[in-house]
Amino acid sequence: MTTVEPIDAINYPAARGGCPFAPPPAYQEALEQRPVTPVSLWDGSRAWLVTRHEDVRSVMGDRRFSADARHPGFPFLSDGRRELAAQNPSFIRMDDPEHARFRRMLTGDFIIKRVEALRPEIQRIVDDFLDRMTAHHPPADLVAEFALPVPSLVICRLLGVPYQDHDYFQERSRILLHNHSTTEQVRQARDELALYVMELADRKEWEPDDRIISRLVARGDLTREQVATMSLLLLVAGHETTANMTALSTLALLRDPVQLARLREDPTLIKGAVEEMLRFLSIVQTGTVRVAVETAEIGGTTIEPGEGVVCMLSTANRDGAVFAAPDELDLGRDARRHVAFGFGVHQCLGQPLARLELQIALETLIRRLPELRLAVPVEELRFRTDTVVYGVEELPVAW
Amino acid sequence: MRVSVDPDRCCSSGQCVMAVPEVFDQSEDDGVVLLIQARPPAELQSAVRTAAGICPGRAISVQE
Repeated sequence: MTTVEPIDAINYPAARGGCPFAPPPAYQEALEQRPVTPVSLWDGSRAWLVTRHEDVRSVMGDRRFSADARHPGFPFLSDGRRELAAQNPSFIRMDDPEHARFRRMLTGDFIIKRVEALRPEIQRIVDDFLDRMTAHHPPADLVAEFALPVPSLVICRLLGVPYQDHDYFQERSRILLHNHSTTEQVRQARDELALYVMELADRKEWEPDDRIISRLVARGDLTREQVATMSLLLLVAGHETTANMTALSTLALLRDPVQLARLREDPTLIKGAVEEMLRFLSIVQTGTVRVAVETAEIGGTTIEPGEGVVCMLSTANRDGAVFAAPDELDLGRDARRHVAFGFGVHQCLGQPLARLELQIALETLIRRLPELRLAVPVEELRFRTDTVVYGVEELPVAW
Repeated sequence: MRVSVDPDRCCSSGQCVMAVPEVFDQSEDDGVVLLIQARPPAELQSAVRTAAGICPGRAISVQE
């Protein structure tokens, strides 16, 4: 029998190490040495960090762990996140059956066939932004000119939000997702966004269209506040995640010429390559949080009601028990068991759209720009470490 | 092999449809899983096992 040395709680969120694509070393050590480990949160409270693939799937697929932040002991990432969860939570902070009722109002929009039908439109959007970016002399910031505008325009079209307002909601969604935003900043950003969507919803009452917000209004069984909360969830989640995945995947490819050449030689790898990028980069760097509502045993550790749990998606996706040579980017592997979109009933609603956007954006980018390269040394890049979604602030490229 | 699905557990991720479109489909209304064939031929069985393994709602059961 082996004994595990008692260790102090590690800080959550932990600092990243040298490799910009790897999870924080403290989380990786936990995965190897103590896969369910105590962590200390910003306010000194404790929670359990769950790091293994099997255990993450167990927690996220188990009703004894609640996503409802109204339960005592729910682990908040920051004061600002607590503020966000306290007011009008969206269905990602509800449990079934309440959660399923709201989610199923939207799932029809994200079925594979319907998303696949968007392919020509997304291809046009990708080509348009790439045309604009390459119309001027290099360098260009790939984040501002390509990675962010593509998913932003796509989600605006799906929701029926005017794209010309993108600065307004992008600035505010950054505040919502930043770990160091104050309670007051989060409250203001959230209120302004909610007001913006509610005014939009009012207009849809008189000028309906076939887009998501208009259809939520037309149902007649949702309050304006509920329409706003659901729409904001899609708006914020719909562009931050895909935008950062696009930019970070591009960087990962530029840093790995062998894998980039492999994808250029065989573009049919793109679907699997995107799954591997999702696994390898695991950009939801805070993981996903739950609170135990009944006693449960996870990976040999007993978790009591009222104890918080942080499921670390990035370490689960580098668990050697599931993925061979997990720290290597291998675009040819079958990475579909990754949990980058989470697991269980809350797994990402927009995942078919995210996959399609990433496939088209990356395939088009490397096909149309065979000389694509970084325009600054990698050491000069600024990474988004203090926010829910990891990425690069800017990605200056030449071609 | 015999496949069954539990629509109440399905969370409409669509991963089964991507893995084996010959066996799984989705309702047009809410994306809930639809079973096209409960006894998939041998050449699809490995993909069906993959689909069951990645289903986030554990809504797919496979009896060998």
